[in-house]
Amino acid sequence: MPRGRLHEVYAGEAWDVGAAAGFAVAQALAAGATPLLWLRLDRGAVAAGRLHATGLAELGLAPDRLLLVTVADAGALLRVAGDAARCAGIGTLLLESWGPMPALDLTATRRLVLAAEASGVTVVSLRLGAEPVPSAAATRWQVSARPSVPLEADAPGQPAFVVECLRRRGGPAGARTQVEWNRETRSFRDPEVELASQPPFQPASPPLAGAGLPLAAGGAAARDPAAPVRARR
Amino acid sequence: MERLRATRPHLFVRGDDPASHPPIAFVETAGNATRLAALDRAGIEAGLRPGLTLADARARVPELEVFPHDPGADVDWLERLADGCSRYSPTVSPLPPDALLLDIAGCTHAFEGERFLAADVERRLARRGVLVRHAFGDTAEIAHALARYAGAPAPDERGAVKRLPVAALGLDAEDTAALQAAGLKTVGEVMARPLSGIAARFGEGAATAVRRLAGEAQAPVRARAVADPVRVERRFAEPVARTEHALGVIAELVGEAAEMLERRHEGGRRWQVRLFRSDGAVQGLRVETGQPTRDPQLLGRLFAERIDALADPLDPGFGYDLIRVEVALAERLDAHQLKLEGGEGEKGQVGELVDRLSTRLGRGRVRRFAARDSHIPEQAELILPAAAPPPATPAAWPEAEPGEPPLRPIYLFDPPEAVDQVIAEVPDGPPARFRWRRTLHEVARAEGPERIAGEWWRRHDTPVPTRDYYRVEDRRGRRLWIFRHGLFGEVESPRWYVHGLFA
Repeated sequence: MPRGRLHEVYAGEAWDVGAAAGFAVAQALAAGATPLLWLRLDRGAVAAGRLHATGLAELGLAPDRLLLVTVADAGALLRVAGDAARCAGIGTLLLESWGPMPALDLTATRRLVLAAEASGVTVVSLRLGAEPVPSAAATRWQVSARPSVPLEADAPGQPAFVVECLRRRGGPAGARTQVEWNRETRSFRDPEVELASQPPFQPASPPLAGAGLPLAAGGAAARDPAAPVRARR
Repeated sequence: MERLRATRPHLFVRGDDPASHPPIAFVETAGNATRLAALDRAGIEAGLRPGLTLADARARVPELEVFPHDPGADVDWLERLADGCSRYSPTVSPLPPDALLLDIAGCTHAFEGERFLAADVERRLARRGVLVRHAFGDTAEIAHALARYAGAPAPDERGAVKRLPVAALGLDAEDTAALQAAGLKTVGEVMARPLSGIAARFGEGAATAVRRLAGEAQAPVRARAVADPVRVERRFAEPVARTEHALGVIAELVGEAAEMLERRHEGGRRWQVRLFRSDGAVQGLRVETGQPTRDPQLLGRLFAERIDALADPLDPGFGYDLIRVEVALAERLDAHQLKLEGGEGEKGQVGELVDRLSTRLGRGRVRRFAARDSHIPEQAELILPAAAPPPATPAAWPEAEPGEPPLRPIYLFDPPEAVDQVIAEVPDGPPARFRWRRTLHEVARAEGPERIAGEWWRRHDTPVPTRDYYRVEDRRGRRLWIFRHGLFGEVESPRWYVHGLFA
C-alpha cells in the first residue's frame, strides 16, 4: 500500500473483524505511517468491542502513537475523516465503518483521495460487515484469518492472514497471498516458510516472489503499482 | 483549625468555650504511623503535642475528634486571607503554613496609625473565628519572630527581640537544642557572642539568622503577585444585530487578548466569549485547547467550530450591545521558532487537529490511551480525553516478549459476551467447541489457562470469581480470547464468555 492514498480493507466474513483490523494496523506499521488516528462509530464499539491498546501494542503500535476518535453518525464520520486526512501530522487515518455505508460513496471517497494525496496521509478505510462497493480507492483488499503456525503445545502463533487484492488502480488484481505479521521486523512474511531456518523477508530479491511482494514496507514493488503480482497459489 | 471552623460550622455550635467541646486534632500519615499534625487549644491544654501518634493521643484523650490534615487546603485558605489583607497594603506575602506578612510602610495613615490598623485586622478576622497574633517590626524577620514567639515584655523592639527564645532564630531542632545545651536561652544571649564562633559551630545560616534578627540584614520579601485576568470587551452604542459582524468583533478582541498574552509570555488554555444581548440575555461560547495558544487564526477557527456545533444557532435577536472575550485559564508560553524549512512539526499539527475535533465533537470523543496499574484486563488501561494533560505519573505499558505472539486482543468486548454449548475438559481444559453469536466454533488450537484472580485487596460485598483465560483459534483461523468465569469448585457450573478478538 503506497502512502498518501486511500486503501480499503474488507473483512472476508462476518467474524474476520479482528483479522481485518489487525492487517490494517500492521500495514500502517510496515509503512512506518504513524501516528495512527483510529476513527470509528459508536456502533462499532457495540459490534466489535472497544479498542484495547495493550493488544495493539503487542502488534507493535505504541499506545502514545494512537489517537481514538469516536463519532455518532456517518455524516460526522466523513467530516472528521476529511479534516484528519488533511492534517499532515498524522501518518495513517484508520476509518472504521460498520455495515453498508451509503455515505461512503464515490464522491466521498474521491474527496478523501484528494485530501490524502495533498497531505501524504495514508487513509485506510476498514469496512467491517460490508460487501465491496465501487469507490475511488487505490487498492481494495479482502482479509480473512488464516490458521496460524502453531507454537509449542499447539498454542496459537503469530497473527496470520489470507489477503486477496480485489482491485488495484492501474495494475492487475486478483492476487491471493498468505502472510504472517512479524512484530520485531515490522514486516510480513510467508507463514509456510519455516520460521527459524529462513532469513527475514527481503522484498527486493526476485526468488521470494511469492511472499506477498506488494505488501512489503517500502519495497520496490510496493512503490510501483504496475509491478506484476504473482501469488503463491 | 480556622479553615475547619469556616467550612464545617456545625462542629462549633456549642460555642468556643474549650470545656464544652472535645479537643480537635488533625492527623497525617507518614510511613506506617498516623501522627498528629496540628491541634486546637483544648488539645494542647489536654497535654497533646504535634508529632504524637494517634494511638497515644487517643489513649490520653479518648474523646479526641480527628480530621485529616490537608496542607494544600490550608495554603489555599491562607491565600484567601491574603486576598482579603490586600485592603491594608499592596504588598502581602503569605508565609505558609500560617503567617501573613504585610508591608505597611506608608499605608498606616489610611487607618490613622498602626494600632488602629491592627485592631481592624483583629476585628475582621475575629468575625470569621480566626485567632490572630500580630507584631510590628522594622524588618520582616523581626516582625515574624515577634509574632510567633512570646518573649518577656520589653520597652522597645530591640529589647523584645533580645528576650525571645532561641527557637525564634528558626534553626533546625538539633541546632536549637545545641544552643540551649550551651546555656544560651534567649536571642540576646546569642547576639552577645561573637558571630564568627556561631558561624563556625552552626554554619553560615545561623549567623545570617542572628544578623537578620538584629536588623543588620534583610531577606528579600517575596510579594504575592496576582496577575490581572486577561479580559477585553467592546461596547456598542448601536447594538450589533448581525452574527457576521459579531464574529468579526470577536476576532478583533481575540487579537487584542493575544497581544496582551504575548506581552506576558502566556498563552490561553481556556477562552471564553460572552455576548450580552440588548434584551438582557447572555450567551456564552467556550473553547479549550490542549496546549496554551495565542494564535488568533487558530482561535478563530475554533470559535467557528464551536458555533457550528451549537444545538441552536447563535441568535442575536435585537442585537448585542457588549461583547467580551476573557482568558479563563492562561499558562506560560514562550515564543518559539518555527522549523527552519517553515511550518510546524508533526506534534503541533496533531495538537491542532485534536483541539479542533475536541471543540466540535466534545472532549470525550477524542481520546488517547494511558496505562493503569491493574491486572484486570478491562481496568488495565484508561481512555482519557486527548485535550487534557496526561496523568502525572503514568503507569508503564507491559513490554511484549520478542517472538511471542500477542497475548492480549485488539478488540475487547465490554461487557464480555456469553457463549453457550461449551464443551471443555474439567477442571481447567480449554474449550473444544462453543457457540458464540449463533455460530458454532470448533477450536483447533488453544493456550491457557491464564488465571486472573479478582483484586482481593479491594473490598467487595460478594467474592469475585477467578477468571481462566484461553487464547483459542478455531478451524478457520479466527483467534478469540475466551474465559471461564469461576473455577470448578469455586462456583457452580461456571459460565464462559468471549472477551476479545485477536488480529
